[in-house]
Amino acid sequence: MSDKRVVITGLGVFSPIGNSTSEAWENAVAGKSGVVRLSRIDPEQFTSQVVGEVKDFNPAEILDPKSARRNDRYTQLAMAAARQAWDDSGLSGETIDPQRVGVIIGSGVGGMETFETQHSTAMDRGPRRISSMFVPMMISNMAAGQVAIDINAKGPNFATVTACASSSHAIACSVDAIRLGRAEVMVTGGSEAPLTMMSIGGFCSMKALCTTFNDEPAKASRPFDKDRSGFVIAEGACIIVLEELEHAKARGVNIVAEVAGIGMSCDAHHITAPSPGGEGCARAMVMAIKDAGMKPGDVDYVNAHGTSTLLNDINETAAIRAALGDQADNVMVSSTKAMHGHMLGATGGMEIMLTALALKNGIVPPTATHENPGEGCDLDYVPGVARKVDIQCALSNSLGFGGHNVCIALRKYKGDS
Amino acid sequence: MSLENRIAEIIVSRLNVKPEEVTDSANLKDDLGADSLDMVDLMMDLEDTFNLKISDEEGNNLQTVGSVVVFLKTKGIEA
Repeated sequence: MSDKRVVITGLGVFSPIGNSTSEAWENAVAGKSGVVRLSRIDPEQFTSQVVGEVKDFNPAEILDPKSARRNDRYTQLAMAAARQAWDDSGLSGETIDPQRVGVIIGSGVGGMETFETQHSTAMDRGPRRISSMFVPMMISNMAAGQVAIDINAKGPNFATVTACASSSHAIACSVDAIRLGRAEVMVTGGSEAPLTMMSIGGFCSMKALCTTFNDEPAKASRPFDKDRSGFVIAEGACIIVLEELEHAKARGVNIVAEVAGIGMSCDAHHITAPSPGGEGCARAMVMAIKDAGMKPGDVDYVNAHGTSTLLNDINETAAIRAALGDQADNVMVSSTKAMHGHMLGATGGMEIMLTALALKNGIVPPTATHENPGEGCDLDYVPGVARKVDIQCALSNSLGFGGHNVCIALRKYKGDS
Repeated sequence: MSLENRIAEIIVSRLNVKPEEVTDSANLKDDLGADSLDMVDLMMDLEDTFNLKISDEEGNNLQTVGSVVVFLKTKGIEA
C-alpha cells in the first residue's frame, strides 16, 4: 500500500444552506434548514412539494453568459463550486503542472433539465430541432470536462455515477489516484440539479420523498425521527480539492483535514432497498476504518447517510452498530440532510466537506429536526443543537440505489503528527 | 426592423456577443467565437425566424454576418 497521505486543501459549495463554505458551515452548525416549498416549477403537481433549492444563483453573472447558456444547471453549479474550491486551495498553473491535476466529479443523473426540455422540443417539432448542445449539456461527465477546461486541469478526468453515492465514489477514486501517484491534486466532489418534473415525479412515484410536511418545509427532512416519511430532494454542488500531504506542506497551505481511508462495497441484494441489517454499509465502514489505520473505538463521529426514509435510517443504524460494536453507544451520529436535504449525487461531497469542517473546528453539526427516535433508531443522533467536541476521527457514509456503499474516514489534521 | 437588425439580434443572442461586434465583415467563427455546435444552432435559429430551410452546404458557406444577409436576400427575404 502506498504511504502517500491525502489532505483537503480547498472547498467550494453551492447548496440549499449557502453558496460559500463559511455560510454553509454556519447554517449547518446553527441547524438552520434550507428546505423550502418548491419554486422552480409548480409544486402542486407533486405529492412531495418541499425541496432544497440553491438560492440567488445567477450563472450568467457567476460564470459568464456563454457558459450559462451552453451548460446544464448541474454543470453550472459544479463550475461555480469548483472555482471557489480552486481559489480556496491557492493553486494555479504557476504552482502546479496542469498534467498533475485531475478532476473526478460525480452526478446521479447529469443534465436532466436539458433532457426534458429537448425531449419536449423533439416531440413538438421533430428530431431535426434538437439542439446541437443537447448531448454535451446532458451527459453526466460534462461537469468534470468543463471544470477541467475552466481550471486547466489536464490529469485523470472522469465522472462517477452511482446515484446518491456518486460524489463519495468520486472522492474515493480521487484518493486512490493520489495514493497511486497518478496526480498530486484532485478536484473532486459532485453536482446535481434534480428539481425537474421527471426527477421529482419519478422519486414521488417510488414513494421515496417526504409527503407529510408540505406545509412545514423546515421540518420535512427528519432523519432517524419517528415522524419521518421520506427524503427531501435537493440540488447543489460541492467540490473538494484533495492534495498529496507533502505537496500541500511544501506550499505551506491551510489543511482542512486528512482523508485517511476509504471503504466501498455493494449490497448485491435489491435495486433500491438496503440489505437487511445494513450489512453492505457495515462492510464499507469496516473497510474504511481499517484503511485509515483506525480502530472502531477511535471513531468519534459518523456523518450518516441518514436520508429520512423509513428503510435507510433503520438499516444504517444497524450498520453503525455492526461496524462499531460497543463504540456505537458512545459515537455521535448526525445527518446534515436535516438541514440541506438530499442532494443526491452531490450529497456525499457536501457531507464530507461538513465532516472535515467538524474535525477542523471541533464542532459536531446536529440532526436539527430530530425530535423522537423512530423504531430501531437508538443511537446518539445529536438532536437539535450542535456540540462542541474536539473530535479526532470521523466517518461519512453514502449509499446509493443499486446497492452502492461508500464510507470515507477522515482524521483531524494536527500538523506534523 | 431591418433584415440586418433582425439577423444581428439572433447572432447576439445565440453567440453572447455585443451588438457592436456584429459588423458586416465579422466572421462568425473567428471574430464572434462560434464553434461548430453554435453554427448548427444558429442555422436553426435562422430557419425558425425566417421560415426557410438551410442545407448543410448553404450553411457551410455562411462565414460572415454579411454573407448571412446576402444569403437571406437571395432567398427572397427582405425584412
